[in-house]
Amino acid sequence: LRRYKVLGSSNSDSDLFSRLAQILQNGSQKSRSTTQCKTPGSPHNPKTPPKSPGAPRRSPSASPRSSSLPRTSSSSPSRAGRPHHDQRSSSPHLGRSKSPPSHSGSSSSRRSCQQEHCKPSKNGLKGSGSLHHHSASTKNPPGKKPQSPQSCIRPAAARAQFESRQVSVAAVVRWIERSTQSLEGNPGEAAVLSALQPLRKEFVPFLLNFLREQSSRILPQGPPTPAKAPGASAALPGRPGGPPRGSRGARSQLFPPTEPQGAAAAEAPLARPVATLSRTKPSRRINPTPVSEERSLSKPKTCFTSPPISCVPSSQPSALDTSPWGLGLSPGCRSLQEEREMLRKERSKQPQQSPNPTCPTPELGSSLPSRAGSLPDEPADPARVSSRPRLELVALVYSSCIAENLVPNLFLELFFVLQLLTARRMVPTKDSDLELSLGGVDSLESPLFQSIHDCVFFAVQVLEHQFQVLSYLDKGTLKLLAENERLLCFSPALQGRLRAAYEGSVAKVSLVMPPSAQAVSFQPETDNRANFSSDRAFHTFKKQRDVFYEVLREWEDRHEEPGWDFEKGLGSRIRAMMGQLSTACSHGHFVRLFQKQLLQMCQSLGGAGGTVLGEAPDVLSMLGADKLGRLRRLQERLVAPQSGGGPCPPPTFPGCQGFFRDFILSASSFQFNQHLMDSLSLKIRELNGLALPQHEPSDEDGESDVDWQGERRQFAVVLLSLRLLAKFLGFVAFLPYRGPEPPPTGELQDSILALRSQVPPVLDVRTLLQQGLRAGRAVLTVPWLVEFLSFADHVAPLLDYYRSVFALLLHLHRSLVLSQDSEGEMCFMNKLLLLAVLGWLFQIPTIPEDLFFLEEGQLDAFEADTVASEHGLDSVPVVDQQLLYTCCPYIGELRKLLASWVSGSSGRSGGFVRKITPTTTTGLGAQPPQTSQGLQTQLAQAFFHNQPPSLRRTVEFVAERIGSNCVKHIKATLVADLVHKAESLLQEQLVPQGQEEGDPVQLLEILCSQLCPHGTQALTQGREFCQRKSPGAVRALLPEETPAAVLSSAENIAVGLATEKACAWLSANITALIRREVKAAVSRTLRAQGPEPAARGERRGCSRACEHHAPLPSHLISEIKDVLSLAAGPRDPDEGVSPEHLEHLLGQLGQTLQCRQFLCPPAEQHLAKCSVELASLLVADQIPILGPPAQHRLERGQARRLLHMLLSLWKDAFQGPVPLQLLLSPRNVGLLADTRPREWDLLLFLLRELVEKGLMGRMEIETCLGSLHEAQWPGDFSEELTTLFNLFLAEPHLPEPQLRACELVQPNRGTLLAQS
Amino acid sequence: MILTKAQYDEIAQCLVSVPPTRQSLRKLKQRFPSQSQATLLSIFSQEYQKHIKRTHAKHHTLEAIESYYQRYLDGVANNGAAPVLLELANEVDYAPSLMARLILERFLQEHEETPPSKSVINSMLRDPSQIPDGVLANQVYQCIVNDCCYGPLVDCIKHAIGHEHEVMLRDLLLEKNLSFLDEDQLRAKGYDKTPDFILQVPVVMLCPLAVEGHIIHWIESKASFGDECSHHAYLHDQFWSYWNRFGPGLVIYWYGFIQELDCNRERGILLKACFPTDIVTLCHSIA
Repeated sequence: LRRYKVLGSSNSDSDLFSRLAQILQNGSQKSRSTTQCKTPGSPHNPKTPPKSPGAPRRSPSASPRSSSLPRTSSSSPSRAGRPHHDQRSSSPHLGRSKSPPSHSGSSSSRRSCQQEHCKPSKNGLKGSGSLHHHSASTKNPPGKKPQSPQSCIRPAAARAQFESRQVSVAAVVRWIERSTQSLEGNPGEAAVLSALQPLRKEFVPFLLNFLREQSSRILPQGPPTPAKAPGASAALPGRPGGPPRGSRGARSQLFPPTEPQGAAAAEAPLARPVATLSRTKPSRRINPTPVSEERSLSKPKTCFTSPPISCVPSSQPSALDTSPWGLGLSPGCRSLQEEREMLRKERSKQPQQSPNPTCPTPELGSSLPSRAGSLPDEPADPARVSSRPRLELVALVYSSCIAENLVPNLFLELFFVLQLLTARRMVPTKDSDLELSLGGVDSLESPLFQSIHDCVFFAVQVLEHQFQVLSYLDKGTLKLLAENERLLCFSPALQGRLRAAYEGSVAKVSLVMPPSAQAVSFQPETDNRANFSSDRAFHTFKKQRDVFYEVLREWEDRHEEPGWDFEKGLGSRIRAMMGQLSTACSHGHFVRLFQKQLLQMCQSLGGAGGTVLGEAPDVLSMLGADKLGRLRRLQERLVAPQSGGGPCPPPTFPGCQGFFRDFILSASSFQFNQHLMDSLSLKIRELNGLALPQHEPSDEDGESDVDWQGERRQFAVVLLSLRLLAKFLGFVAFLPYRGPEPPPTGELQDSILALRSQVPPVLDVRTLLQQGLRAGRAVLTVPWLVEFLSFADHVAPLLDYYRSVFALLLHLHRSLVLSQDSEGEMCFMNKLLLLAVLGWLFQIPTIPEDLFFLEEGQLDAFEADTVASEHGLDSVPVVDQQLLYTCCPYIGELRKLLASWVSGSSGRSGGFVRKITPTTTTGLGAQPPQTSQGLQTQLAQAFFHNQPPSLRRTVEFVAERIGSNCVKHIKATLVADLVHKAESLLQEQLVPQGQEEGDPVQLLEILCSQLCPHGTQALTQGREFCQRKSPGAVRALLPEETPAAVLSSAENIAVGLATEKACAWLSANITALIRREVKAAVSRTLRAQGPEPAARGERRGCSRACEHHAPLPSHLISEIKDVLSLAAGPRDPDEGVSPEHLEHLLGQLGQTLQCRQFLCPPAEQHLAKCSVELASLLVADQIPILGPPAQHRLERGQARRLLHMLLSLWKDAFQGPVPLQLLLSPRNVGLLADTRPREWDLLLFLLRELVEKGLMGRMEIETCLGSLHEAQWPGDFSEELTTLFNLFLAEPHLPEPQLRACELVQPNRGTLLAQS
Repeated sequence: MILTKAQYDEIAQCLVSVPPTRQSLRKLKQRFPSQSQATLLSIFSQEYQKHIKRTHAKHHTLEAIESYYQRYLDGVANNGAAPVLLELANEVDYAPSLMARLILERFLQEHEETPPSKSVINSMLRDPSQIPDGVLANQVYQCIVNDCCYGPLVDCIKHAIGHEHEVMLRDLLLEKNLSFLDEDQLRAKGYDKTPDFILQVPVVMLCPLAVEGHIIHWIESKASFGDECSHHAYLHDQFWSYWNRFGPGLVIYWYGFIQELDCNRERGILLKACFPTDIVTLCHSIA
């Protein structure tokens, strides 16, 4: 727990303090003269129960008033009622801030009050201190031990004053909150308090530190929760109840960074490193402002600080060192030594001074052996509480501070209180400690918690006050709380309320979105060539996209491997890729991809970001879920880290976010960073300004619920996106300024400030925040702003600009008083979310620790900004429990803490241990309905992936509206009809009953019992309505060019979504709706509207009847090739083809050419060429024919038949050119040369047929033949060739016209062939 | 046709140093009668290509070329009708078509003033009758028609096979009433990477033993056997790129693939050897 710095006032204050102390002492019933000078005495409680032997420890005198108050009245308001208000208003002391300032204060004090006056009062946002009637005398927490006397004097004085009963608790809180102005009702109080004005600011930090310190003995064995511990004792080394040694070990676990005690260090040189570290961390520590010399001695003590570092409790302290947030740990050796010395001195004194032990040590001491670890938990007994009134009083003050948001972090305090509740046992005080506490120190110094009983009592007291907040926690936490036997024992009433809250808590249906396809889809509108300056840029980006995903995949596969290092594994590849992004335009494209991918992977509600840090799902609540989901969640749970890093974990990049962070770091490209910041800023502005649909408050009908769910969901998505973007923006923007070195101080800091203050902020968050506040949209703006600021470096918060941002946030924080719930105010859960995130922010190490208490004075400047608009988002219940826990997973630490208590004490409450029953795999196959349902959802998600985003928006919009309209429609038709029926039934009922004046309630029941069953028709009709309406709407809204299939799918999805939405609402509410309407019908007449006709959607179908049984072209080519290769040789003697095969082949070729289904131009081309070669082989009789060895040749007739087939194929079947001139190429004609005896008639036949069929022109052939002579041939062959030539020429010419016609038809076939 | 790695290795083992000829194929078919011929041919072709890639360089040294050319000249001088070039190729364990190209290039260098351009050579290989030397033309032709792994004819056959399977796939899609954009449409729209088909409305493919199905956005048809080497190349050049843009999809290796390669299902790349039968489409009435 972070320790808070007590803000310094000037030295002169000390005079004031001592004066006050005296006054207070006089007023107290007992005072110890010896200690007066040191600690202005706190009154002793006369009523200290005899049990606590430590007579000196005074519990504040229980005032009659306080003691007389029933506890219940003091406990905090139930959700509905607002006791706070009531109580407040009933308290005569509580003036509203609006009332004029009291005159009681001295003028000077009043002035100071006004200066410090914080805005809440002006706004009237919070009522005056909401201390219940307990306002009775307050005494202040007793045992603070001054570290250096003076350091504690001041706050002690204040507390003492309260204890002295001169002032009511309510007055005190109001005073703390906004000075004495509010005390006009009680001049006496005002007078007293105004005198203490300078101490005002210090009170809360003091109180918090005090409590932490007091608890130090009690929380030794806590669960290994990395709680920030109350290390207040650091400030008070000499305190009496010094840290018991037993506490050390355990305590350092519990409160790693805090262990402030010099005592601890001294006693245990082996004190955990954590402890040492923490003390050496001045920044985290609460440094009481040195008021005097002595005080300076105590300066180095640490305050309890947030463990900025995710300190895994019992784990490596080294983790602290590696914190990236620059928590420079300056060695505090010197001061440590000093403190040890002091401690020793004190110790040596103590034995003599204090004879009697104060606390209920007997039991503790006797029952607890040395090793705490193995001991059973100490039972807590309400009967043995040592000083109830005093504890009640402190609890009241403390709770009031919490209620008024005077503490920085609500949940941290709750965590602390739960720690107290679940403390295992109190560490036995050493004799010396006890003695110490008695001697030399006044009663104020006696421990507040003298036993576990005290501790639990106190915790339960506070919990009672905080019931309202508790009731909003998740079911699991509520259950654990309600089952906590200590709580039951100490406050059955509270237990009852918690149980009721648990039972009433609506289990939130998980909104987990199925993980969408993981890559950003390619959208031609933004991604095609037209969006790039050059082909090169286009293709470069194409490659980059692939490299990016390659890197991403590798990261997914390997980042969990031990020893794998992002930079080593991927760094160079990333940089090489970034290096290619030459043009600015390419950077823009890449950043867009990067950002979209980031959103896609990390933003989903159930996405990795959520699960990793998120709450482990409650297995018990999964019982109803389908087995698959259960298994998946079981897996998640097993995989998820056990602890999220305590109640205030530092900002982290869980899950996939780590990839993007590391990518940015490895890329280390300033261009990329700049483009990324630009893009993130733009997107943030865009989303932040998104006009989220607002709930219409005027809609009295229940069906607006239908809209709400969608609205909440949309809000959640936008909010989570914003947070993610802002986190990365903050990360990149402050990256250059962050480093491991400790924050600069002094002059160095000044010069840095001067430099930085002239740099404009990367995004004008202040303006956005102001606008957000003004527009009542804080619930949207603040959460992302917090993410952004959580990455600020040490200097940023000191800049004027960011200071003012913080001032606004602080102001807002104060104004979020949960107990106030007035019209137009922010909703409870909205407030809770803001409180949680702001509280978390205030604990971030780089945020100055004193900021929370310091900035108060500056608030006025911004007061005007917070006039919230009436109907902003803030007043709409957009935040639900799931969103709260998703945004603030650390709230789940409360549950972990409680659960660890249960597991630790399972002996007593065996039933509480959660067991995960693995689901057997047997039943998995047998769930077709669910499976197919899931598949459909998955498919619908996938469907949108590659469509333009507008398609999805349209469909969702249509579904949302139609679904909503459907409900209205049902109401207007079915329900209206039923109402008509009701009216006539009513008549029938009334007539017979006549004068009987039947009981209206009974009548209603009768009517409803008759009519409500008809409600089931609503579902059918609702389905019909959606079916009817959605398609048309979708079609009207989508571009006309949308492909039919896409359109119809979009329509169907819209129908499905709308139906789902409408039916979900109808099935849940139709009965109630009918009831309500019928009820109304009893007294008035309703009209119904006729049903509307609607257009009918049409269906598309496509049937293509075509049987493509022809052989495949590839097969034919392959077959022909085989023949060719056989012919070309070499071949085995037994190889050959049968004439039938050849014929069959040509027949197939004909079929293929006819069907053409599978034919592509190149294939046809090759087929043509092959067929020509085949013809040449036939002509030359070169095809080896299977058969008797004697005749390996085709018969003439067969050859002619085959040639005929070819000729007709060429003529009719081929559509492309056929290279017929190849028939007369020297190579093919040359084939004839090898045949003996040469047979020319087939060639002549072929040529004639070619001419006859008009496949080749006579002239063309003649040219070819002519050119054949140019080749070199054997002499006899040349002669025969010439003969052939002459023969062909001698042929009678075909009638010219026919030839002409052929040539005209296919004029340039030859030319084409030549080119092919 | 989906082979385990072990089965595949057994086949591949038999293919070492087998020349890509008709006769080799015939023997191979006899050796593995249970495998489909197309699958065998595809595997053989791929294995042979791998082999050629590995040894390609050694045949292209100046010395090697000179030596081959000289042997060719000697051979044809001895007997122009003998399959000199083909035998040479088989003897030195090189693809006949590639050997033909090598010798043709060398021949043209010697006989032409200007070194032959690639397109001229390709054209001559497609139509050997353009080769000025008749003997060489015959030798080249013989190499080409006898080579079942390389050469213009083989290229054409492969191309035709690829095309035919795309057509088949398209028909199946039409038959199933799944609408899609094909490669040409995608290119026209300016997509930078274009699978064979993008489904306009995705489907889910159910797998026999798994409860959950796989979303399919795109389908790529591969008319070849999916071995490690080609699959990895495809993954890098195509499949992942498709995934990066369009999400998960399906690859159909019509001639089968090595079972072990189908390991990216969860990631979104699914392998099949045929068109999936168990497909779930977006229902027309969800609720």
